Amino acid sequence: MTPLLKVNELSKFYGNRIGCENVSFDLYPGEVMGIVGESGSGKSTLLNCLAGHLEPDTGEVLFQTRADGMRDTVTMSEPERRMLGRTDWAFVHQHARDGLRMGVSAGGNVGERLMAVGARNYGDIRSKAIDWLDRVEIAEDRVDDRPSAFSGGMQQRLQIARNLVTGPRLVFMDEPTGGLDVSVQARLLDLLRGLVREMGLSAIIVTHDLAVVRLLADRLMVMKSGQVVESGLTDQVLDDPQHGYTQLLVSSVLQV
Amino acid sequence: MITKSENAPGTASEMPDYNFAYLDEQTKRMIRRAILKGLAVPGYQVPFASREMPMPYGWGTGGVQVSASVLTPEDVLKVIDQGADDTTNAVSIRKFFERTAGVETTEQTDQAGVIQTRHRIPEEQLREDQILVYQVPIPEPLRFLEPRETETRKMHALEEYGLMHVKLYEDISHNGAISTSYAYPVKVEGRYVMDPSPIPKFDNPKLEMAAIQLFGAGREQRIYALPPYTQVVSLDFEDYPFEATKADHACDLCACETSYLDEVIVDDAGGRMYVCSDTDFCRSRRAAGHVGTLGTPFEGDAA
Repeated sequence: MTPLLKVNELSKFYGNRIGCENVSFDLYPGEVMGIVGESGSGKSTLLNCLAGHLEPDTGEVLFQTRADGMRDTVTMSEPERRMLGRTDWAFVHQHARDGLRMGVSAGGNVGERLMAVGARNYGDIRSKAIDWLDRVEIAEDRVDDRPSAFSGGMQQRLQIARNLVTGPRLVFMDEPTGGLDVSVQARLLDLLRGLVREMGLSAIIVTHDLAVVRLLADRLMVMKSGQVVESGLTDQVLDDPQHGYTQLLVSSVLQV
Repeated sequence: MITKSENAPGTASEMPDYNFAYLDEQTKRMIRRAILKGLAVPGYQVPFASREMPMPYGWGTGGVQVSASVLTPEDVLKVIDQGADDTTNAVSIRKFFERTAGVETTEQTDQAGVIQTRHRIPEEQLREDQILVYQVPIPEPLRFLEPRETETRKMHALEEYGLMHVKLYEDISHNGAISTSYAYPVKVEGRYVMDPSPIPKFDNPKLEMAAIQLFGAGREQRIYALPPYTQVVSLDFEDYPFEATKADHACDLCACETSYLDEVIVDDAGGRMYVCSDTDFCRSRRAAGHVGTLGTPFEGDAA
């Protein structure tokens, strides 16, 4: 099996400071990778480098494109990278406001990606939008409401619908459950797990919440000070942490 | 070319207070370069160093600068505001060029060489030897959906125009039809999406014309252009096609059923009349003997 995403010795520096350093991993189709670490450990820098939002200083990010096989997304042209960004990739922001157009109705938000890849039939766009709202448990009669009229959890679900409507193969998630209360978190995680399994998505989830990776991720990478200090199967890493920092992280979770 | 008659009043040499057409020659040169670039890349917004003009922004400072740069002493100028020759904006800009350029002015569309317009295209078909100059308030069609200039520039560069359809989608989902009735976005030669300035969408099909069309936005410092016979397509959906709409009525003065109409409230009891927004077109039809339901037979300029 060939990997969907192959990262080779990726580094990003902010002047003399390290963003992330020498990160390498493979992600296979249908696999969910979790990245955990404290804030400032370089998780988000890494994710933004992978998703093409930041330009890494060294290293390559190879993506298995539909047309041309393995391509380095760092060196490909900007139009190609942006095209990937709205077709095969999806990016779920921590704050739904960053990923949604707050002045545009829910239907328009979901339809935007369809229209961006050339859909020009209003009826089709609308029925697809309604279908997707239904899949993320938003009632059909809210399709013409603006996201500002939605609760935080609904906004986050809308953001997910908007991202998945074009059938991406790789989803980047930056703290998808951050800022949501625990019961809403649980529902969102349930929904995400369902969608990931059902669509066979690959995903990279950045979080500091170990419960999230326990539920969603197949594999885990632990980052500290820009370095990957430990990686492996999620249960293996969480149940038998080897690195001192991972042990600290696991033991600091409150037991209820 | 249309030349002014021998005894026309005022030439540049008699006006020592100003350079011909107000702007200095270096400024006109800079603006002409922007215009040429705009003509070479139809629909592309060319930045230019817009000057302070002796009128407020929003009164057509962009159009005035473009007109000043293309005017020659032999030109005949017509200025219209929402189709009318006799409203404040049209009168003051016409006076401005009478004073600063000394060019002959006219209200007749077929007599004019340069026509500066605010928010209308004349009903009468324009010819290859004419130039139509538009006053543009906001040149960026994507602005209300994407406030970042850096981002909209990138979207134009990479032809990412899906967002424009989001606006039309919103129209249909809220109103059941594309309710955008002016400043209706168009795609030029299959490449750039362009805001045709706030002309009614009734005028959109007329954008493919024989005359040169220049668009000037003074505050936003952008010039763009359509060369003659450029392909201009109004954006729409397959199941909600573009429609050039107008009031479903005939002109009450000249009985024309195909022109764009203004609705005029005539009393406080709900009385109203519809008249052509293009005053010169209406006048010439009445002079030719057409009389509408509320009109009286034409008696020269008294009407």
